[in-house]
Amino acid sequence: MSNLGSALLGLAFLAALAAAALALAGRNGDERWLRLSRRVVYAFCALLTGCVVIIELAFANNDFSFNIVAQHSSIETPAGYKLAAMWSSQEGSLLLWAWVLSIAASAALYATRRKLRELVPWATAVMMGVAAFFTGLMLFAPGVDPFATLDPAPADGIGLNPLLQHPSMMIHPPMLYSGYVAFTVPFAFAIGALVTRRLDAEWIRATRRFALIAWAFLGFGLLLGARWSYTELGWGGYWAWDPVENAALMPWLLGTAFLHSIAVQEKRGMLKVWNASLIVGTFSMALLGTFLVRSGVLQSIHAFGDNTVGPYILGLIAVVLVGSTALIVSRLDDLRSDKRIDSLASRESVFLLNNLLLVGMTAVIFWGTFFPLISELFTGEKASLAAPWFDRYTTPLAILLVLFTGIGPLLAWRRVSWETAKRVFRIPIAVAAVVALALVVLTDAADNAWALALFAFAAFALTGLAQEFWSGAAARRRLSGEAGPQALVGLVSRNRRRYGGYIVHVGVIVLLIGVAASSSFQTNRDVELRPGESTTVDGRTITYVKPTVAVDEEKLGFGSLLRIEEDGRVVGYLRPSRQFFRPTGQETGEIATYFAGEATSEVGLRTGLGHDLWIAEQPNVAAVQRAARLADKGFSACVQGAPGTPDQCKALGALMRAAAANPSLRAQAFEQITQLQGLAAERVAKGFLTTDAPSTFKVIVNPLVTWMWIGGILALAGAMIALWPSRGRRRGALVRTEADARKEAKYREIRDAELDHAAGKLSDEDFALLDAELRREALEILDGENGNGNGAHPRKPEEVEQS
Amino acid sequence: MDPQRKRKIRLVVALGVAVLLAVALVYTSFSASTEAKEPSELLSAPPGTTAEMTGKVVKGSIERDGNGITFRVVDRDGEGESLPVTYTGAVPDPFRGGREIVLTGTVENGVFDGEPETLITKCPSKFTTKSDV
Repeated sequence: MSNLGSALLGLAFLAALAAAALALAGRNGDERWLRLSRRVVYAFCALLTGCVVIIELAFANNDFSFNIVAQHSSIETPAGYKLAAMWSSQEGSLLLWAWVLSIAASAALYATRRKLRELVPWATAVMMGVAAFFTGLMLFAPGVDPFATLDPAPADGIGLNPLLQHPSMMIHPPMLYSGYVAFTVPFAFAIGALVTRRLDAEWIRATRRFALIAWAFLGFGLLLGARWSYTELGWGGYWAWDPVENAALMPWLLGTAFLHSIAVQEKRGMLKVWNASLIVGTFSMALLGTFLVRSGVLQSIHAFGDNTVGPYILGLIAVVLVGSTALIVSRLDDLRSDKRIDSLASRESVFLLNNLLLVGMTAVIFWGTFFPLISELFTGEKASLAAPWFDRYTTPLAILLVLFTGIGPLLAWRRVSWETAKRVFRIPIAVAAVVALALVVLTDAADNAWALALFAFAAFALTGLAQEFWSGAAARRRLSGEAGPQALVGLVSRNRRRYGGYIVHVGVIVLLIGVAASSSFQTNRDVELRPGESTTVDGRTITYVKPTVAVDEEKLGFGSLLRIEEDGRVVGYLRPSRQFFRPTGQETGEIATYFAGEATSEVGLRTGLGHDLWIAEQPNVAAVQRAARLADKGFSACVQGAPGTPDQCKALGALMRAAAANPSLRAQAFEQITQLQGLAAERVAKGFLTTDAPSTFKVIVNPLVTWMWIGGILALAGAMIALWPSRGRRRGALVRTEADARKEAKYREIRDAELDHAAGKLSDEDFALLDAELRREALEILDGENGNGNGAHPRKPEEVEQS
Repeated sequence: MDPQRKRKIRLVVALGVAVLLAVALVYTSFSASTEAKEPSELLSAPPGTTAEMTGKVVKGSIERDGNGITFRVVDRDGEGESLPVTYTGAVPDPFRGGREIVLTGTVENGVFDGEPETLITKCPSKFTTKSDV
């Protein structure tokens, strides 16, 4: 099987190169070359799928002749984690990268199969170049061949680290990878647009969806990682400004900026250099994240392996940066804006400010993350920056972002008159003031000025968004005569991009409220309790009722039963514990070995909309360890036939000696030893039930932290709404040609303007001007289509429907 | 004022603000950072030296004393004399002998006193090709 896998991987590499070459051969728009190239890309995807299937089958079947399986799985590893073990390995994660890229590239080429004939060849070449790079790494770089074999195959594997045996392991890494990888698509089309100098919004329209998908995947991956980290002990809570976390956050922030600024280019033909640079930056950051995990250049919680592939990825980043910069500089003349910003009080100027903030935030995080290298360069000493430094800069930037997130949607494109502004801002400002005042009077939020500012701005932004939904629905009701709720649903489903985006905004603001509250008003205490003792943390009385023990084949668990009381009333019980695993590959042997392997904490978590109570325990197992050592000594004395040993022991000792000479008895002896030691281990572990040694408890009371997860999920839902195909598309009336896409975009703009006018965001005067201008532009597109001035396929809509 | 001039002034102001912020960023990062040192460098460091120490926990050296623990660390390559360390509070799950840790603290009387909540233990599993089993 591994030979087959190697062969498929080799073929995939050749297919990637071939697809790139074929695409370039068809760069003059020759459909035959392009069709062939597209099909080779599909074949590339199929070949890599084959590789992934072979690896996963090897994991499922415990085929330890595969090095990757022997290193990252074992017979006892639970089935679900066997499948996830692929990406816990260096080579498996590279395969995942390449595989996801093959899927994204196939999807992108399928979606553009009838348009953008000039861009597609170059975009294909870029995507397949990157694909060939990653496939080639697995084939030619040392130590990362996923199909490397072991001869002879070991009987059992090392297993997946218990710390990684967490449901998040199954989805968190693939989500992050999908996010990283999907940014390749908009990057590739941007390069295509630059090379062919077709720098209007067509490349953006074609890849906006991919950028949004990448953004949503990356965001979801970050959220899952935060949640996982939150439920583990010693991972610094949900966010620790760890280099690897930062490496995933940076492309997400730049991607957020990109998603906003492309709207400005689509609508107004501005920010072309900025958009091209942003997507290059985003893609480079995604590569940088891939590099950081594999390089060992920075200290992180996430362990870094030996840097076998780091230098290659760094090389790719250098090529991407130098090549793209040269390309952008050489195309500066073609990248000039069609228009200029009319007024500072317009949606596009707020988008621009938001972009500056997001890029500034990325710059701060980049500087902080790479500061150890920077400082070594200048002072000769490696020095690093801790969380407070990051907080100091990112907090004000995030607060300003919330403010602009509130202002942006309230403004119309191009310009807003003073009268209109007064009307739309009145209520949100009033609500923000009332909320701020209430917080100061009723809570201790005033202790933290930053948090208070964030809450007030969040109230402003949320009210503004609610007003958007309200006035939009009201306008629709007037126009269509639908009932209120129906009008709201109709409004959202007819304008998915806009209102999906607003829902994302609501989600992100709610998430930031959770972050601000839980980081500024958290209570964090380390307490030592004996069984029966109590402590009070932030108004909650925690009583250590009794110690608990859980024993199974692979681990010993020691924990406690805690009673939680609020205002003298019992509100629940928590059961934090700590699991001690035997070192992997060591299923029998001395009981004391349980304490030589990994240990993981099960955090006791009581979730609430107001507060989370989070308790981790470090049980004092010194007595158990002593007892285990004694039992081990007793066991070896006993089987050696020391005087006064029980008969069962003597019999086992005899069996073991016989097995030493006769291998056929080994299995039987092995089984008896395991059974006897299992019993002994259980007895020793149960000794903990009567302990009166104090355990250390880490108690954290986190206000509003649940809203982080709620907000995150809301944002994801908003992204899904924005991505969902419109009714026309679902019925098969696909927008297949570039001219159609341009028409549709212009019609949408006209609809948007009508809605803004009906919702009172555009004055009659401004609307009349804008509407006339948009209609003139729409006519120009229609004229151009009839005269067939552009390079798109001259198809009539009827033909498109039939084909 | 003609629009060309206005735009130019706006650009200069924006760039000025950006430069000022960048200078603040650079300045604070150098003053707020903690130097990274290895245990062998801290053995001879004067009392009161604050550093972010990266080292390897000596197997069998961990002793628990109530809420606090003491242990010894050596350089990451495992060579040289070991440095005694004290730390108070819960330790991360992967913490044990033989593991690499990063800890911020201060040297007092030849002992490295770790600041609470700054202990990072490297998760040993991901992408490690050197097996420590």
